Amino acid sequence: MGERKIRVLIAKPGLDGHDRGAKVVARALRDSGMEVIYTGLRQTPEMIAEAALQEDVDAIGLSILSGAHMVLVPRLLELLKANQQRHVSVFVGGIIPDEDIPRLSELGVSGVYGPGTLTENIIRDIRQAVLGRNDPD
Amino acid sequence: MTLAISVLDGDRLALARLLTQVENNHPDGLAALDQLYPYTGKAHLVGVTGAPGTGKSSLVNQLALYYRRRDQPPRVGVLAVDPSSPFSGGAILGDRVRMRDLAGDQGIFIRSMASRGSLGGLAAATSNLAQVLDAAGYEIIFIETVGAGQAEVDIARHAHTTLVVETPGFGDDIQAIKAGILEVADIIVLNKADRPGVENTERVLRGMLQLASVEQPVDYLGHHATGEEGQTLVKQKSSAWEIGIARTVATEGQGIGELAGMIDQHRQYLKASGVWQQRERQRIQAELDALIHANLLARWRKHISEERYQQALNSLVKREHSPIQVAKALLDGDEI
Repeated sequence: MGERKIRVLIAKPGLDGHDRGAKVVARALRDSGMEVIYTGLRQTPEMIAEAALQEDVDAIGLSILSGAHMVLVPRLLELLKANQQRHVSVFVGGIIPDEDIPRLSELGVSGVYGPGTLTENIIRDIRQAVLGRNDPD
Repeated sequence: MTLAISVLDGDRLALARLLTQVENNHPDGLAALDQLYPYTGKAHLVGVTGAPGTGKSSLVNQLALYYRRRDQPPRVGVLAVDPSSPFSGGAILGDRVRMRDLAGDQGIFIRSMASRGSLGGLAAATSNLAQVLDAAGYEIIFIETVGAGQAEVDIARHAHTTLVVETPGFGDDIQAIKAGILEVADIIVLNKADRPGVENTERVLRGMLQLASVEQPVDYLGHHATGEEGQTLVKQKSSAWEIGIARTVATEGQGIGELAGMIDQHRQYLKASGVWQQRERQRIQAELDALIHANLLARWRKHISEERYQQALNSLVKREHSPIQVAKALLDGDEI
């Protein structure tokens, strides 16, 4: 049926009040042909990891506006590792100060996107991360 | 350890990976499905269909919670199917948003599926994924779809028990309830029953049900009774299941216990009457025939040159011969 479908989980961990940005990204990913599992607001890292496992996703997009990224992101990465889902690429968007980006990259985050990021860039990076690497199968 | 054995062992990651392989028709996945087949046939498949906005996901959320709260709770699987965009081929699968209450329960497995635009393929893919969950030990599996096209109706027919979800309307809205739902529904759920118009809507639904049972006997597979086989099925229907209407307010958890009771009753009815086994046999027969058909066709096509095949098509386009003549000639190996 053509190129295999990329499955992406879009989640908002923590206590953010709105998900406008996440929805914009979700729609853009859909329009580029990806299957987006949208889980909504107020997710815990545990809920996100569990959803990622059940849905066997290729990538996770975290949207964080609250400033809690340096706690939430490492926790999620830990859980993914424990669930043997290290191959899942994690991208982070929202309000992330520049000085935190190097640390996030070190931890294994594949990309960090601030406000104003072009959705084409996110799409390109997800494709590269998912299709550009060896299939775990 | 093969994927199939890991799945039987309770490995949830293996289950998720296998679902992906089966959904993609990966040869390894299909081989694993073959290995798991002896372990299938136990789960109660409950189809949940209805127009967008009727609250299907919230309903499934509440039903799953309810079943999991029982003593010796069954393990619950959920397949949530959403439409793919016909333009991009992508999809937004948002049913999990309504199922946050189910998070953290290891006895529940939720999987979102996109319709992926294939006409017959969706029902087959859904059926395959349900089989995997069945083999993995999930005893009740909710299959949630938007009750729009033929594909969704087909999925409903694969289920043992089909719930059609409606919401109250008044005036012109009521007329929009399609008679077609009666062909697939075993139970009609009137969700958002706290809204105005619920009395009227229920009255209209009951009226439709009465009319249907008098005028047009419908067999349990949703086909109108025709022919000998149909006659047998009509006899069974008349002795049998009365389509009930359940009022619920899913977001408040109201009416869920009663609805679960009706689902359980339907399952008991299917088993006691022999309809469960009969339907199973018919479903398996349809699957077997489809596989044989596809296989035979593929094999036959290998024996014929593309040139001869196109020549045959050309003669039809030019109206030189009829389709029956050409088909016979091709199969008999004669000149066209």
